[in-house]
Amino acid sequence: MTGSEPVLDVRDLTVEFSSEDGPLRAVDGVSFRIRRGEIVGLVGESGAGKSLTSEAIMGLIRRPPGRIAGEVWFGGRDLLTLDEPALARIRGKDIAMIFQNPSASLNPVFRVGDQMLEAMALHLPEPRAALRERVVETLGRVGISSPRARARDYPHQFSGGMAQRVMIGMGISCVPSLLIADEPTTALDVTIQAQVLALIRGLARELGVAVLLVSHDLGIISQMCHRVLVMYAGRVVEEASVATIFRAPAHPYTRGLIECLPRLHGNGRLGAIAGMMPGLRALPSGCRFHPRCPIAEPRCAAEAPALRPLATDRAAACHLAGVS
Amino acid sequence: MAQPLGAGGRSFDAEGVSVSQPTAAPADARGARVGVRRVWRRFARNPGAVFGLAVFLGIVAMAVLAPVLAPYDPLAQGVGKPLEGPTFAHWAGTDSFGRDIMSRIIYGARVALVVGLVAVALAMVIGVTLGLISGYYGGVVDVVIMRVMDGLFAFPIIILAIAMMAVMGFGVRNVIIAVAVGFIAPFARVTRGDVLAVKEEPYIEAARLAGVGSLAIIFRHVLPNVLAPIIVQGALRVSGAIITESGLSFLGLGPPPPTPAWGRMIAEGQTFIVMAPHVATIPGIALMLAIVALNLLGDGLRDTLDPRMRR
Amino acid sequence: MVRFVVSRIGQTLAVLFTVSVIIFALMRMIPGDPVLMRLGDDFTQEAYERLRTQLGFDRSIATQYLIWIRDVLSGDLGDSFLNHERVAKLVLDAFIPTLTLVVASVIVGLLIAVPSGIIAAMRKDSAWDYGSMGFAIFVYSMPAFWKGIVLIWIFSVYLGWFPAMGYVHPWTDLSQGLWRLVLPAVTLGTFFSGLVARIIRSSLLEVLDQDYIKAARARGVRQAALVYRHALANALIPVVTVIGLQFGTLLGGAVLTETVFAIPGMGRLSVSAILNRDYSVVQGAILVGVFAVVVVNLLVDLTYAFLNPRIRVA
Repeated sequence: MTGSEPVLDVRDLTVEFSSEDGPLRAVDGVSFRIRRGEIVGLVGESGAGKSLTSEAIMGLIRRPPGRIAGEVWFGGRDLLTLDEPALARIRGKDIAMIFQNPSASLNPVFRVGDQMLEAMALHLPEPRAALRERVVETLGRVGISSPRARARDYPHQFSGGMAQRVMIGMGISCVPSLLIADEPTTALDVTIQAQVLALIRGLARELGVAVLLVSHDLGIISQMCHRVLVMYAGRVVEEASVATIFRAPAHPYTRGLIECLPRLHGNGRLGAIAGMMPGLRALPSGCRFHPRCPIAEPRCAAEAPALRPLATDRAAACHLAGVS
Repeated sequence: MAQPLGAGGRSFDAEGVSVSQPTAAPADARGARVGVRRVWRRFARNPGAVFGLAVFLGIVAMAVLAPVLAPYDPLAQGVGKPLEGPTFAHWAGTDSFGRDIMSRIIYGARVALVVGLVAVALAMVIGVTLGLISGYYGGVVDVVIMRVMDGLFAFPIIILAIAMMAVMGFGVRNVIIAVAVGFIAPFARVTRGDVLAVKEEPYIEAARLAGVGSLAIIFRHVLPNVLAPIIVQGALRVSGAIITESGLSFLGLGPPPPTPAWGRMIAEGQTFIVMAPHVATIPGIALMLAIVALNLLGDGLRDTLDPRMRR
Repeated sequence: MVRFVVSRIGQTLAVLFTVSVIIFALMRMIPGDPVLMRLGDDFTQEAYERLRTQLGFDRSIATQYLIWIRDVLSGDLGDSFLNHERVAKLVLDAFIPTLTLVVASVIVGLLIAVPSGIIAAMRKDSAWDYGSMGFAIFVYSMPAFWKGIVLIWIFSVYLGWFPAMGYVHPWTDLSQGLWRLVLPAVTLGTFFSGLVARIIRSSLLEVLDQDYIKAARARGVRQAALVYRHALANALIPVVTVIGLQFGTLLGGAVLTETVFAIPGMGRLSVSAILNRDYSVVQGAILVGVFAVVVVNLLVDLTYAFLNPRIRVA
C-alpha cells in the first residue's frame, strides 16, 4: 500500500472570500498527504470547509472572488499555479471527482453515453468507435445492466444509485491516480450506499487509486478509510489512522463527535456537543473550538494551537491533546 | 396554454416575467408595517427602480398640474407659426395647426395615465377576484373560468382592443374598457396560481376549522398573502396599458381629435416627417420615458418583492 | 410524450372553441341591424324578411353559431360588405405580409439577443452586462410605431439607405423584398430582442450555476465547450417557449408597424374594415389572427416537449 512519494501533497491550503465584513477564511492552513491506494477521510460538520478543500484542489473555485494560497502538489506540479487549460487536461484524467448529488451531476439534455464519450474523448486518443465500446464496457464494469441500451438513455431515467455509478465509471475510465469523492453517498439509500462504497474501495485496493473521501458520516469513514482528518471551522484539528481515531481520539471535538454516535450498548442517551460551529464572520479567538470545549482553559482562548504531531502518523491541534 | 418550464423548473409568463411563489409566513397587520419599511429600503438600493419611480411620479405630477404647467392652451390653434421646430417660445415646436406641442404633450399625459391606471385597476379588481374564486373553489367553476381566461389570453391585446372598439365605438372610455378586458386574464392566472399554493397552507386549514366563512378566508387570509406578485404584475401591466392606448390612438381609434393623445400626435406627425420631424419624434420621447420608467419600476418592484417571496 | 401531445391538442381545441365564441359574441354585439345594413336603400319589408331568413338570422343564436363554425371550417368566411370579395381571400392575402414581417422580426431579434444575452451573462456585472441589458430595456420600452417613424426619419429621410414604405414578397423578388423589410423588421425585431436578451441572460446564469456544469468542468471539459455546448443547450430551451408566447404580442406589434410602413397586411385590413364598418372582414381577420396565435403556441409547446428529454422520453 505504501509508495514512497505521496500522490497528493497539500501544504497550507487557504481559501478566502471577500465580504462586506472583511475577508472570510473558509479553509485555513490545511495540510495533508495521500499515498497510492490509500483512502483518506475528511470529516466535519456542514460548513467546516471540507467541500471547499476538495474543490480548491480541483481548481473549481472561481478566483476572483475567491483567493487561494498554499500549495497542492500532484504529479510533480503545484496545481494552484496552473492555468485553466492545463488544469482541464488533468481533470477527469489524472484526478477524478464525484459529487454529492449524482443525478444533478449529469447534463439533463444529453444522453448519458454521449456525456461519457465526451469525457473520454477529451483524454484518450482512441477513435470514437473504440471509445463507444469503452463506454459500454465501463458501464458494465460499474454494475449497470444492459449497458449498451442504457448508454442511450437520459439522466432522468437513472436512479440516484445508478447515476452515481455512472459518475464513478466516468471518473475511473481514464484510470486516475486520485479520486476525490465529496459526500458520494449522502443522497442515496443505505443499500445503494453500500454498493457504491464497495466500488470505491475496490478501486483503491485493485487499481491503487488514492482516494480523498469527504463526508460528515463517521460510519462511512470508519468503514472506508485508512486515515482520517477531522476539520472544524476551516482548520484540521486532528489527523490519525482510523483505528486510533475511534479508539483514542485526542482532540475534544473528535471525542465529542464519536460520543454523538448512537451505540448499541450504552446508557441510552445520545451525546451532543453544546453550541454550534461558528460562522466565518464570528470566529472565536485562539482555538476555534474553545467556546464549546468541555476542557478548555484560558490559554485556549488566547492562543490558537498548531497541529502538533503526537506520534508517528498522528497529530492534533489542541493544547491539551492526549488529556482524556 | 401550458406554463412552460425552464431548465431549472422556473416558469415564465407571457412577458417572460418569472412567476414567484407566495411567502410561507402569513402576513398580518403589524408585520406588514415593519415589512413595508424593510421593503422600501431594499427597493431604494436599486437605482433603476428609484429612477423609474421618480419619473413616474413626475409624470403624474405633470398630468395633475397640467393647467398650471402648460404654457399654452393645448387646443388653441395658431399660437405659433405651424410646423416650426423647437424654439424658446415653443420648447417642442408647433404642429400643423400651429398648436404648441409641449402643452399638448403635458395634457397628453392625462390620457395616458388615466387609461393606464384605470384600465389596470379595473382589470386587477376583476381578474384578481376571478382568480381568487377560481383558485379557492376549484372544480367546475375553476375549469370554466380558466377556459374563458385561456380564450381571452389568446388574443393579442391590440387585436382584442380593436375588436371591442369595433363593437363599442371609439373614445377614451371604450379604450379603457377594451384594455381592461385584455388584462383580466393575466391577473386571473397569476392570482389563481398563487391561491392554489396558499390554499394548502396550514393557517388556512386552521381558519376553516375554526369556522371562518369562505369569503372571509378568501379576503382576509388568502388575499394578503398573494398580494405581492399581483402588485408587481400591476406595475408591469400599466406600461403595457399605456403602450396599447398609444397604439390605439395612433391607429385613430383612441380619444377623438382635438384631445391631445400621444399616439395620435405621433401619427399626425408622420405625414410631416420630412420637413418637420419634431412633430412625430418629440411626443414619442415623452411616451418612451413613461414606459421605460414604468418598466424599471415594475422590474424593481419584482426584484424587491420576489426574492423574499421565493426564499 | 404522447400523453403530453394529446393533452396539449385537447387544450388547444378548447381554447379555439372559446375564442370562436368570444369573436362570435363580439360581432353580434355590434349595434345596428346587419340585415338592414345590407339592404341599404333597397328596403322593403318583404326583402327584409327574405334576406333575414337567407342569412339565417331567424334561427336561434346557438344555431347561428354552429352555422358560422361550419362555414368557417369549410373556408367560407363570408363576403366583404364593401367590395363583395371573399373575406377568406382578403384575409389570407393580408396575412402573408404580416407573417413575413413577424418571421423576419424574430430572426433579427434572435440575431441580436442571443449574442447579447450570452455576453451579458458571461461578463456579469461588467460594463458589457449593464450596457447590453440597459439597451435591451431601452428598445423594449420604445413603442413600435414611434420607433418605426424614428428609423424612417434617420435611415430613409436623412440617410436615404432604405425605403420608407411598401412591401414586396421576398419570394417574388428577393433583393427588393428584403430591402423593404429591413426597417420594419428592425423595428419589431429590436423590441423582441430586448425581451429575449434578458431571458437568455438570466437563463444562462441559472444554468451555469447548476451542479452538472461543475461536474462537467471537473471531468475536464473546456470552458468554451462548457458554455456553448453544455450550458446553452439547457439555457436556450425556455427561449423557444418565449418565442411562442410572444407571437401574439409580435402580431399585435406587426399590426402597428404595418401602418407606419404601409405594408398591406392584417393591420391595414382590420383598421380600414373597422372604419368602413365592414364587419365580416373584421371578424374574419381577427379569427384568422387569433387562430394563428393559438396554433403557433401549440407548435411551440410541442417543439419544447421535443427538445426537453424529460418530456420526450418519459
